[in-house]
Amino acid sequence: MTQAPARPAAGEDDVLEVRGLNISFHTPAGEIPAVRDVSFRVRRGETLALVGESGSGKSVTSLGILRLTPKPPFCSISGQVLLRGRDGTMRDLVALPEAEMRGVRGRDAAMIFQEPMTSLNPVHRVGDQIAESIRFHEGLSRRAALGKAADLLDLVGIPDARRRLGAFPHEMSGGMRQRVMIAMALACEPRLLIADEPTTALDVTIQAQILDLLRRLQERTRMAVIFITHNLGVVAEIADRVMVMYTGRVVEQAAVRPLFRAPLMPYTRGLLRSVPRLDFAGLGREKLAAIPGTVPDPLEPPPGCSFGPRCGAFLPGSCDTAIPPLQEALPGHQVRCVRWSALTGEAA
Amino acid sequence: MSSYVIRRLLQGAGLLLLVSMIGFAILHLAPGGPLSQFAAGGDMTQEDLDRVAEQLGLNRPLPIQYLDWLWRMLQGDWGVSYRDQQPVLSVIGSHLGATLELMLTSTLLAMAIGAWVGILGAIRRYSLFDGLATIGAMIALSIPTFWFGLVVIYVFSVGLEWLPSGNRYTIGDESLANRIHHLIGPCMVLALVSTAVWSRYMRSSMLDVIHQDYIRTARSKGIPERRILIHHAVRNALLPMITITGLHLPTLLSGALVTETVFTWPGMGRLFLDSINYRDYPVVMGILMFTAVLVLLGSLLADLLYHVADPRLGANPT
Repeated sequence: MTQAPARPAAGEDDVLEVRGLNISFHTPAGEIPAVRDVSFRVRRGETLALVGESGSGKSVTSLGILRLTPKPPFCSISGQVLLRGRDGTMRDLVALPEAEMRGVRGRDAAMIFQEPMTSLNPVHRVGDQIAESIRFHEGLSRRAALGKAADLLDLVGIPDARRRLGAFPHEMSGGMRQRVMIAMALACEPRLLIADEPTTALDVTIQAQILDLLRRLQERTRMAVIFITHNLGVVAEIADRVMVMYTGRVVEQAAVRPLFRAPLMPYTRGLLRSVPRLDFAGLGREKLAAIPGTVPDPLEPPPGCSFGPRCGAFLPGSCDTAIPPLQEALPGHQVRCVRWSALTGEAA
Repeated sequence: MSSYVIRRLLQGAGLLLLVSMIGFAILHLAPGGPLSQFAAGGDMTQEDLDRVAEQLGLNRPLPIQYLDWLWRMLQGDWGVSYRDQQPVLSVIGSHLGATLELMLTSTLLAMAIGAWVGILGAIRRYSLFDGLATIGAMIALSIPTFWFGLVVIYVFSVGLEWLPSGNRYTIGDESLANRIHHLIGPCMVLALVSTAVWSRYMRSSMLDVIHQDYIRTARSKGIPERRILIHHAVRNALLPMITITGLHLPTLLSGALVTETVFTWPGMGRLFLDSINYRDYPVVMGILMFTAVLVLLGSLLADLLYHVADPRLGANPT
């Protein structure tokens, strides 16, 4: 785990820079803002963990980066998503025509998903599914692409790779399928890998294997990884930096150690406290506590801080007047809370 | 595989026996009988009628008549038509061609159009096209076939004089062009409803598929939309269609009762209706058994095809 500053001065090493990303869904009930003014960077070889409850906008953010959210009448994206291409220049994916966007997906940036059981097409052999993107992006013949697919299966630790090319997804276990998904994502050596809860659906022992595999592959390829999860144990294990989201906004962002040692946002504290581990610094031997209440209805957000209604440190008059800005509390540590300094004072 | 097929065929045999009993019972329970038309003619005496009944074996108790029919059937003797003394099998055989011609054309037409309408409707869900297709399908499904057939005849045959009003071809002109000309009307009527049915099935199957995770995976790989649709979506969406096709197969040979009657098409549907009207027991029972066998074979075939098409089921059904 390296302690990287959250905002490097020079962007030479950045693989992805997201600036003011907004994603809204248009439903008959009204416009639902799923992601609001989200900005962050991920550097080469770095792992950024995106953390939050269901409905916090973390998955939509990741889908939005690759523009895999529903098409315009149902969903709109604004802001900038700058991804470094093969030629080294940063291109704004939001403005890219769909045809060019297809050349980015699976090539410059790839994605793995939560459900390995349903994320593979049941009627096609895994070899062909891996080879498909190689054939499309690199123009290889089926035979050559299958050869590469076998190497990839070998790389992700599937024994007897050449024979397994001909297997159908249902003939594999969940862990094996997730390995296939990873092989598929790595097929064209992307600079950015987005992993949307890749271990959530797996057994704990398999989870550890997959995390280990991802870490090993990242060391080898130096790709940037965005790791979406709600499992803070996984975050501690794999991330360099953490971005906490709530109701579509970034509420705290910091390197993994400062965040675990001294979370500034009450929401982050709540998340940490609800993890069944008692040895997090500063939390002592407090009882395992769930955050009270649920995520507010996006159509009727509370005034001011959206976490206010569930927050133990809620102060009428200062928390419910305006949406708190994301401020740089400490170098490389941002928080969206008007009371963070008062609260750290109390805690100290 | 073969043990599965044998088991299914044995089950089918049991089912056929049941179908034959019920069919036979209902047929004989219907008022009137083969003799009533002779009686209505007025020039036959009661003794004549009794003698005919005796000859046809109709004066025996019903169970005996059934067992007699069953016994002959098992020996391959389908009986002889009361109407024209032809063997039942050759009566059926002489109507099969016309039915197959009509049903195959209209079914292929309906499948081709219906599948596309359904796929497009699913992809552009809630679009103008989807809305019109949905309303169109509802209208097509609610229109009574006999009425629509008459409208087609009225408009295209009587009014515009573009199409013949019935029959398979003009007597003396059996050219392909003439046959196609005769086929258009009934084909249109039959295809209308089937297209509606197919488009609805295809649309819902496609909607199921395009929201699956693996479609999102394919998109995340950067595969062109067209290939995603055909290679990933339609390939999966067609699987349930196998069952529907299998269940539809029997109608290819058993024909369409109403349409064939309206267009005086010399097919199985019309034969069935005429035979019922004449109380031509051997022919009605023959068609009934023939259709029942087709239904059983159709569903067996669909199940076998399913195992070929869906790798999850494995190549060998058990």
